[in-house]
Amino acid sequence: MFNRIGMLGHIGLNVLEKYGRAGMILYRAIFRIPNISKGFPLVLQQIYAEGVLSLLIIVVSALFIGMVVALQGYHTLSKFGAAQQLGPLVALSVARELGPVVTALLFAGRAGSALAAEIGLMKATEQLSSMEMMAVDPLQRVIAPRFWGGFISMPLLTLIFNMVAIYGAYLVGVKWLGMDAGAFWSNMQSAVDFRLDIVNGIYKSVVFGAVVTWIALYQGYDAVPTSAGIANATTRTVVYSSLAVLGLDFVLTAMMIGGW
Amino acid sequence: MKNLVEINKLAFQRNNRSIFKDVDIFIPKGKVTAIMGPSGTGKTTLLRLIGGQLLPNKGSIKVAGQEVPTLRRSALYLLRKRIGMLFQTGGLFTHLSVFENVAFPLREHTQLTNAMIRSLVLMKLEMVGLRGAMHLMPSELSGGMARRVALARAIALDPDLIMYDEPFSGQDPISMGVLVKLIRMLNDTLGLTTVIVSHDVQETLSIADYAYVISDGGVIGQGTASSINKDTSLQLQQFLRGLPDGPVAFHYPAPYSLEEDLMSETTDV
Repeated sequence: MFNRIGMLGHIGLNVLEKYGRAGMILYRAIFRIPNISKGFPLVLQQIYAEGVLSLLIIVVSALFIGMVVALQGYHTLSKFGAAQQLGPLVALSVARELGPVVTALLFAGRAGSALAAEIGLMKATEQLSSMEMMAVDPLQRVIAPRFWGGFISMPLLTLIFNMVAIYGAYLVGVKWLGMDAGAFWSNMQSAVDFRLDIVNGIYKSVVFGAVVTWIALYQGYDAVPTSAGIANATTRTVVYSSLAVLGLDFVLTAMMIGGW
Repeated sequence: MKNLVEINKLAFQRNNRSIFKDVDIFIPKGKVTAIMGPSGTGKTTLLRLIGGQLLPNKGSIKVAGQEVPTLRRSALYLLRKRIGMLFQTGGLFTHLSVFENVAFPLREHTQLTNAMIRSLVLMKLEMVGLRGAMHLMPSELSGGMARRVALARAIALDPDLIMYDEPFSGQDPISMGVLVKLIRMLNDTLGLTTVIVSHDVQETLSIADYAYVISDGGVIGQGTASSINKDTSLQLQQFLRGLPDGPVAFHYPAPYSLEEDLMSETTDV
């Protein structure tokens, strides 16, 4: 009995220790940024690595998701004689939910896993240690620019996702199924509220960007420096990030609907 | 100051396993000091303790008169600018070219112009014989070349102390000969203090002014190359002559005898 309680306590302490370490990394990534002249090019490089290189998967996914939502929506709305409402349906679904959530999931799979593997390999090949011994703080030089790169990239990717998905819906609804283009766009314009729909979606993407990048960086930095350790860190990054995104999406949606 | 590094009564534990117990090591200024010992005795750990990457449980570690474990981060980083370290794997940044790897500490810690950085990097690369390889990426280098680039990077800021972690392991005879010559030459021409951690006995003793042999958490022998070779301690002789059995047993300790293990009915491993 006492052994079990002891074991439970031990597990609890381990979990708390991990959260503590992850918190320290986040704190240092946010507050220990390099100065502008050195830091800006580093952040720019990371926006390219995490954001620009994720564009292809984001654009292709967004196009197909927009097309599928339009196709499904059109057939359902037609049953109620409300096919003209396809524009609002697609725009609201994408701007409020699909855009931020799917972008974050794709980002976790594409950029998050790459970040975890990169940092883990840098640790395994003693690049981080050698940096420390050269009096260069790896948290400042390696972790912080990657954190800010992810944080900045995610909302931009979400906006691009939203635009491409809506364009995909336009192609299906207007060009293929023959809806009136004026009704498609004007109904969308009148139904979508900039503050409540677009901006709230961007808020979500900002939170997801911070969380996914944080999880990836922590998993990489804390990885066991072996091939199995790096593989585990990469897997955990995708799993934990996806769960965190879906869970946080519910919390954020509840807060937004509740009028926070 | 006679000694650049002074380690007194050092004790260090990891995962409830004692790595060092009451260890005293002194690294004299301007000399090449070797720290040798079998694998797993904590030689690399000792370098990390000297560099402040690990904290001891007890004892004192002074580098250039400063007590390393008590230094604040900023003071520790200032001290590290005076220490160069060559890691076992080289630790080169794989996304940077040879030139940029060597330029890295200069770009981080100095305000030098690009032209000056270029001149300094070329001089360091010339010292290790790799000026012609400055445009190559680390993946295009052999193991020996990678160590030499890492060596050029370690001396980029003209440190007072340079530490080598197993510089000869996995090297072919030519690379090993080059590294042996370079370590001695750099120490003498640049006025460095050198610490070499290695288990390659002959190569290390051939350039070391003084050597320590550590095992089982303590120093089991010390002295010049000739005095160490003459030491009659069984443990020391087993290590120096590479004997397969002796005080360091061939068999890892097992809870049961071989007969008991073979006769046991259990199928558990």
